[in-house]
Amino acid sequence: MPKIIFIAFMLILPIAAQAQPDAQVPVYDYEGLQPLLQKQNDTTYVVNFWATWCKPCVAELPAFEEMHSKYRNQKVKVLLVSLDFVKNYHSRLLPFIADKKIQSQVVMLNDPRSNEWIDKVSPQWSGAIPATLIYRNDQRKFYERSFTADELDTELLKFIKQ
Amino acid sequence: MKINTLILLIGMLASTVTFAQDGYEVGDKAMNFTLENVDGRMISLSDYDDQKGAIVIFTCNHCPYSVAYEDRIIALHQKYAPQGYPVIAINPNDPAVQPEDSFELMVKRAQEKDFPFPYLFDKGQKVYPEYGATRTPHVFLLMNRGDYFEVAYIGAIDDNYQNADAVEQHFVEDALADLKNGKNPQTNFTKAIGCTIKTR
Repeated sequence: MPKIIFIAFMLILPIAAQAQPDAQVPVYDYEGLQPLLQKQNDTTYVVNFWATWCKPCVAELPAFEEMHSKYRNQKVKVLLVSLDFVKNYHSRLLPFIADKKIQSQVVMLNDPRSNEWIDKVSPQWSGAIPATLIYRNDQRKFYERSFTADELDTELLKFIKQ
Repeated sequence: MKINTLILLIGMLASTVTFAQDGYEVGDKAMNFTLENVDGRMISLSDYDDQKGAIVIFTCNHCPYSVAYEDRIIALHQKYAPQGYPVIAINPNDPAVQPEDSFELMVKRAQEKDFPFPYLFDKGQKVYPEYGATRTPHVFLLMNRGDYFEVAYIGAIDDNYQNADAVEQHFVEDALADLKNGKNPQTNFTKAIGCTIKTR
């Protein structure tokens, strides 16, 4: 009997982990994410693809956080798209966000069919992270590289000074 | 003089652009390499010239995507080495940037997982830029054309890094099936999320 309960628990656990994402950090498949990558308004969106396990991604997060606070009162929005494995949503991603006190909006992209959606984000993307997309309306630029705060600022200014 | 300078500048610019796009495309001839294996032996691609081809996979210890594919890479080798297409794994990372990918830890990981294929260290990082690997894991399926190896497929192992049981498209296996039927792979280029190759 305890064995059955244990098995039932093991079965329910992963389902529960997927079914109850934190409202602050939504989990999307690519179709769910796509509208956030093509908003048509006068805001400039800075979208960073990262993961908690990706060392260069974690290293550049402060640059994105700095941008988020620096442009808080302007039409600039930072979106951090986590590519962590969905099984690590509760065990790694949420604790990481709390621990680092991440202020930018974070969403998780859980869609293993990356061969289909990488090109939709940008044909220039090979799939390596970190990667960043900056866009305003139909003006878009994609970067498969790491940024310092100054480098990121320079790229952003190209968008907002127009 | 001014024209010469201009030509020089254009030349420099052009070479920069070419450099940025470096790496193989499907149909290119793959260069030979000689790298140290986890057992201490030096292994060359040319050692495989009696094989029908080779599944060259740039992969590493630390990257969760690489780890997620370890068992599938072992299975690929076990299935296709007897058919003439063995796996050759290469770690392209600079351990000074990613200490988990040091040669010593490669040896350890190969022993833990009992890798049945060579796991080579791209010491000095000369091989991966030539191939144009940008991430781990990154597959270059090569076919033996007699006196050289030709790149037949570049990309991901399959279409689901999270769950081997949920895979719908087995890119590498499909490409191998085409090769064995004497055809060029129908899908010869795919993309996948992966870890950047670590350089100083």
